Amino acid sequence: MIKRNHMMTSKSVRKALLGLATVSVLALPLLAHPAQASGGAATPHTQNWSFAGVFGRFDKAQLKRGLQVYREVCSACHGLKRVAFRTLAEPGGPEMSIEAVKALAKEYEVQDGPDDEGEMYTRTALLSDYFPSPYPNDNAARASNNGALPPDLSIITKARGYLRGFPNWFFDLFTGYQETGVDYLYALLTGYEEEAPEGFVLNDGMNFNHYFSGNQIAMPAPLSDEGVEYADGTKATVKQMAKDVSAFLMWTAEPTLEQRKRIGFQVILFILLFAGMMYFTTKRLWRGVKH
Amino acid sequence: MTNADTVDESRRDFLYIATGAVATVGAGLACWPLIDQMNPDATVKALSSIEVDLAPVEVGQAITVVWRGKPVFIRHRTVKEIKEAKAVDVATLRDPQTDAERVQKPAWLVMVGICTHLGCIPKGQKVGDEKGDYDGWFCPCHGSHYDSSGRIRKGPAPLNLLVPAYTFLTDTKIKIG
Amino acid sequence: MSGHATFEPQNKYVKWFEDRLPILGLVHSSLVAFQTPRNLNYWWTFGGILFMFLMIQIITGVILAMHYIPHETLAFDSTEHILRNVNYGWLIRYMHANGASMFFFAVYIHMFRGFYYGSFKGPREGLWILGVIIYNLMMAAGFLGYVLPWGQMSFWAATVITNLFSAFPIIGEPIVHWLWGGYSVGQPTLNRFYSFHYLVPMILFVFVILHVWALHVVGNNNPTGISVKSKQDTLPFHPFYTIKDAYAIVAFLLIFVWFVFFNPNQLGHPDNYIPANPMVTPPHIVPEWYFLPFYAILRAVPDKLGGVLLMFGALAMLAVMPWLDRSKARSLTYRPIMAVFFWLFVIDALFLGWLGSQPAEGIYVIMSRLATAYYFLHFLIIMPLVSTFEKPRPRPESIMQSVLDKAGDASPAKEA
Repeated sequence: MIKRNHMMTSKSVRKALLGLATVSVLALPLLAHPAQASGGAATPHTQNWSFAGVFGRFDKAQLKRGLQVYREVCSACHGLKRVAFRTLAEPGGPEMSIEAVKALAKEYEVQDGPDDEGEMYTRTALLSDYFPSPYPNDNAARASNNGALPPDLSIITKARGYLRGFPNWFFDLFTGYQETGVDYLYALLTGYEEEAPEGFVLNDGMNFNHYFSGNQIAMPAPLSDEGVEYADGTKATVKQMAKDVSAFLMWTAEPTLEQRKRIGFQVILFILLFAGMMYFTTKRLWRGVKH
Repeated sequence: MTNADTVDESRRDFLYIATGAVATVGAGLACWPLIDQMNPDATVKALSSIEVDLAPVEVGQAITVVWRGKPVFIRHRTVKEIKEAKAVDVATLRDPQTDAERVQKPAWLVMVGICTHLGCIPKGQKVGDEKGDYDGWFCPCHGSHYDSSGRIRKGPAPLNLLVPAYTFLTDTKIKIG
Repeated sequence: MSGHATFEPQNKYVKWFEDRLPILGLVHSSLVAFQTPRNLNYWWTFGGILFMFLMIQIITGVILAMHYIPHETLAFDSTEHILRNVNYGWLIRYMHANGASMFFFAVYIHMFRGFYYGSFKGPREGLWILGVIIYNLMMAAGFLGYVLPWGQMSFWAATVITNLFSAFPIIGEPIVHWLWGGYSVGQPTLNRFYSFHYLVPMILFVFVILHVWALHVVGNNNPTGISVKSKQDTLPFHPFYTIKDAYAIVAFLLIFVWFVFFNPNQLGHPDNYIPANPMVTPPHIVPEWYFLPFYAILRAVPDKLGGVLLMFGALAMLAVMPWLDRSKARSLTYRPIMAVFFWLFVIDALFLGWLGSQPAEGIYVIMSRLATAYYFLHFLIIMPLVSTFEKPRPRPESIMQSVLDKAGDASPAKEA
């Protein structure tokens, strides 16, 4: 019986790995050069999030607190137009009771129509409605905010981020780090200074923030200690509120995250099993074949 | 391919069969998302039940509401209409149903306003509409007559107008679906 | 186990059918009996992997088209709708977006394998050029698809790339307006890009068939680069390579599902989750990673037309490769000097890719120029010269001989 021979394959694999290693080593000093951060903004720190990683799940209580912060603070200027009230009760989110969500929706008025007379009218929101935006359109929003547009927050944690730089971006490929947006948001909300550092020219109506591009942001520091009174008794520090609302906005941006990670884990297990079986099948088939 | 060792052979067969089975299961499971994506999505499902306020509808009036993209006739029936509906001998009907089987409260008739023949929308909701020979609805497409309980009485339609699932949330509010 | 060389149906219904349309015989000859060198390593499984990704892209693409709306005010919303509301819409969308990246990842490996083992050399020039055409079509499809979500990066990618054509004198501007269907990127552009995004993969599919056809005419190259001389050198494609390819496909799927389920947005850009705004350009426009080397070449030249020509020239190099390499030996296994240059070229390509992701200013521009120069130097100078003057090491008599040699000098042969 002829023994299976690994030489050909393993040799080329080794060669390829060697090649890649050479590439990496040679490229290292170049890649290590920090990628240009936009306008001198500081790099956010990574936070611990319950939804990070392979087994990540949202902390329901945190999402509820974050919803409260959004409703009592952010919603004055920022919309959440892609989020339907019904989703607050759906699995994978804050998972509030359907009655609580109905009651919450009743606090909002949405436009509907035209009615039989051709007039638009407002009615209380239903489960199928979306969070109404504070301004009818972008121009109205700009006009009320000194020309700055408060962005809709529905997918803000996916629409923001920061450059990870080498080698972080490379490791991120294997760790599944998907939290640049939410880390940035937390950093931004906690990155205000009342006074700009000496020598920094702050434009009129602008505020100093360590993490915002150019360090000047039109939005004044939105959070202050005890700014909200949490229903669950958690102490409402700025950091706590920033963390809660950031987590909440991660959910609004990626409402299927829990389903995705749950199914993903099952799929990976299945493919590992299948790949293992294919490995033995291939090995057995080729056993005794000179190649 | 020289080895014909029987033990090895059967183990190989088992391995091949098991791998093939896992592949089949995997392919089958992978198909489900591809199929399920065509089912009604979350926004459609969110509108699959509606609440209707009946308070403004006076006796003798009817309203049409849209539910799952279809017209639903809601009629606040008069005493005369109720009487007519109850007086019919069920045995003579094409689709035998008593009036009591078709309503939850005699004053309120709720049904999907689509003719069971070929899907037209019968006349009879508006004040000036032709109501057919039985004081109910009349389908102009092929001349089906429905009575004041929405039952088919004359014409080509095979069945009574469909009564959707609905519940009274309060005396004057219903939830359809 | 190996089956017959020709397809001889036993069942009379199959025979009836086969006499009228010999499609089963075609499948049999190309996927079952096809004689394949016995010494192919795992780098040769990427053809199968690529075919799987083509299928994944087509299936998920057809599904996305059921939910996507090619309209400037609805495109972004419909993409979000797919992610949020459609049953498993997130899965299908992330599969399609990451599938594109995996497709390119696999095609680059497939191409570099061809570089290394000389699969582009005669008699496989036609096969190679068909591959280059497929690669170009992939880039077209990738670019067109990237525009469809109508985020900021989509919009500005469409603007910048279509503007490349404005570099041509006189005809440039009319061409660009023709592409746009207006005086700027807008609704007509999006709508036609959607149509093209559906069309290009169909053309690509036809070229894949031609590519496979050409492969079956000239046969597989192999790690030794020696031509097949006798039946001893080969194995039937089925079951040996069907199973081996299937194993490699499943293994590669692991990488794919990792991205789809746990890293779905890493290969994208956050700015593409901001709806397109024709009045605001993002501070730092970058194309998808698989375009970066060519993007770096484009920006390396201060002249607009020069940059465009150089970029297309870089692609053209691939097509003329078969005539630039003049060595008698195909595989670099027997050409140690060229092998060194091969790895230098790999480094240069990766380096160009990194430069493409950096801002086009200062030191980066200078490095881009050097790397671009080396890119062309490799093809136009190094390849012809080294292949002419390097004397290849002695090669084995045959594929079978090389396999036996390997088995012989393998110290203690490993038990499988």
